Amino acid sequence: MNAQIALILGQDGITNGAVYALLALSILLVFTVTRVLFIPQGEFVAFGALTMAALQAGTPTRLVWVLAGFAVAEFVADAIALRRRTGKLRVRVRMWLKLVYPFALAALLYTLPLASLPMLVRALLALAILVPIGPQIYRLFFQPIASASTLVLLIVSIAVHLALVGLGLLVFGAEGARTEAFSDVTFPIGPVNISSQAICVVVVSLLLIVVLYGFFERSMYGKALRAAAFNRLGARLMGISPIFAGKATFFLAAVIGTVSGILIAPITTIYFDSGFLISLKGFVGSIIGGLVSYPVAAAGALLVGLIEAFSAFWASAYKDIIVFTLIIPVLVWRSLKSHHVEEEDEE
Amino acid sequence: MHSKTVTLAAAAVLATFCALPAWAQMKVGVVTSSTGPTALVGIPQKNSIPLLPKKIGDIDVQYIALDDASDPTASVTAFKKLISEENVDAIIGPSGSPNAMGVLQFVAEAGVPMLAPVGTAAVVLPMNDQKKWVFKTTQNDDIIARALVDHMAKTGIKTVGFIGLNDPYGENWYKVFSGLAKDKGIKIIANERYMRTDSSVTGQSLKILAARPDAVLIAAPGGASVLPEATLYDQGYKGKFYQTHGAALPDFLKLGGKKVEGTILAASLMLVLPEIPDSNPSKKVASDYIAAYQKLHGSRPATFGANVYDAGLLLEKAVPIAEKAGKPGTKEFRTALRDALEQTKELVGTQGVYNMSPDDHSGFDDRGRELITVKDGKWKLVK
Repeated sequence: MNAQIALILGQDGITNGAVYALLALSILLVFTVTRVLFIPQGEFVAFGALTMAALQAGTPTRLVWVLAGFAVAEFVADAIALRRRTGKLRVRVRMWLKLVYPFALAALLYTLPLASLPMLVRALLALAILVPIGPQIYRLFFQPIASASTLVLLIVSIAVHLALVGLGLLVFGAEGARTEAFSDVTFPIGPVNISSQAICVVVVSLLLIVVLYGFFERSMYGKALRAAAFNRLGARLMGISPIFAGKATFFLAAVIGTVSGILIAPITTIYFDSGFLISLKGFVGSIIGGLVSYPVAAAGALLVGLIEAFSAFWASAYKDIIVFTLIIPVLVWRSLKSHHVEEEDEE
Repeated sequence: MHSKTVTLAAAAVLATFCALPAWAQMKVGVVTSSTGPTALVGIPQKNSIPLLPKKIGDIDVQYIALDDASDPTASVTAFKKLISEENVDAIIGPSGSPNAMGVLQFVAEAGVPMLAPVGTAAVVLPMNDQKKWVFKTTQNDDIIARALVDHMAKTGIKTVGFIGLNDPYGENWYKVFSGLAKDKGIKIIANERYMRTDSSVTGQSLKILAARPDAVLIAAPGGASVLPEATLYDQGYKGKFYQTHGAALPDFLKLGGKKVEGTILAASLMLVLPEIPDSNPSKKVASDYIAAYQKLHGSRPATFGANVYDAGLLLEKAVPIAEKAGKPGTKEFRTALRDALEQTKELVGTQGVYNMSPDDHSGFDDRGRELITVKDGKWKLVK
């Protein structure tokens, strides 16, 4: 172990840690606003990477049909809910738009010369396919049971995760994928070559964190979400719709997950089921933050990335064990430090 | 008169049904991991089931396919179900090595021959009372490893860095390879492990890089074999790369690109079929299989599918012999089937020639592998 190796490992750890940090923030956000432990977070990472790979190969991904399927289900669910509420069978313009969107997107995908598009456009297309699935998942699976206990929400979350992994196998196949790097440029810093991809990951992660911070601190919607996270009933009394809050957080979670996927796709081989382990490490980060503190969660996720990199060097066979064992002292320290709070009964 | 026709028809139908059991029928269970983490292996295997022989002699063969979702517990459930409910005469599968280890005791208890298309030699070695019911349709690790070690010795490689998956596949490879390497005076100076789902192997490859081996051997099945090689390449490692037969997939070329150029591996002749001389008996069998598979599914099969197809060839040869001892569905038939499988001699399969013996239930020899390299993004035979 010399300075050079330490530097390379540090760089590797920070690159991975930045992605874990994004996921940790997203898991934390979803949990505080909706009390759902969002296990399918990882699927957005894997699907984001695989969609990018598919677009790069010039094939319109079949994932768009999953999106369409969800859209139809959402349309039906909305129509039924509307009928129950108003007693009339009427369809609103917004519902039509949501129904038409995936088919328009599919038409676009099947006509565009995907392989020759610039990287940024492909990334935007991947986002356009994946991000609406976030709110759809909330609408279909979590909105009807929004007031159930955390345990029920967790069970549904696991079910959604398993279903999505199965869909992933169906849509993307069992082969892994890896995309081209954004650029091949490397920057020599001291004895170490830093790849532009690694810099890109860190910069985009930081940027996203700053934007999220601005969104929650400055904008009205962000404040509304924070209010919903802080006190659901109080926020509702102030006119903040819990349905809106739920959909908005799932939207953000989908954005964060997909961006993470697009970022790491050139660094590593992603399979349809790779997402779970990646988000699990983000989850360890958010546990370190006690599922309340954003800065601690981000720092914890970064720590996970670093520990992972160094333990891979020293004891590669025990790498994951070391990372996940990290939770135990953290939990012990947390439970000693904070006083015990009974889970409040909602509504 | 009308009712008379009806009665006649009914009688005819009844007669047909009653006649059914008179035709001999044999049931074969097939358990694959067509979903879950091992799906890459399981899907071509599941797709090969329609290509298995439907009729052996005058016995109709019925295949009952189950998916174990890559979960060893589910494999055990599937096997128990096949044995107790379906009364199968043989089972082909499962896809994964840990899954196969888990079902050993149950096939042995029930006395059902199992044809395992799995990678690890641990299912047939060392031979014991349980494993004598298992026949493995893949090359043992040591046949592949010997080819690699011979190539290393010939090209003057003295030190090797090893990186393998943290599972039975990687462990068994290390065991087999380190033994053979020692005999040839090749030193293993780095030994690392990683997981299939790892997003980075920087730490492990740095350690290998620091040890400065002449060559690196990567032991992992499927696309996971690319990551360490690509990482080492990016870090500027200039030595030779060796891969196991686990890397022998189109995926390896697709994911690796120019970074895996020049890699040496020993694997089935299926990869370099056009270059194989016609004198090789497996060439015809393999070409037939690939053509049939392509016709049915529109894509070329991975070698994993061929391992299931070979199981069908083994059965085709053994069933007529076993039939003399008893009817399908009886214990006598199954025991005779096992004995007949063990007697298989010079059976040409898709990947080599089988010569089973009481000690060797895999039966491959040096005809079961070819030394292959990657040149211009394609598999090429090492001349």
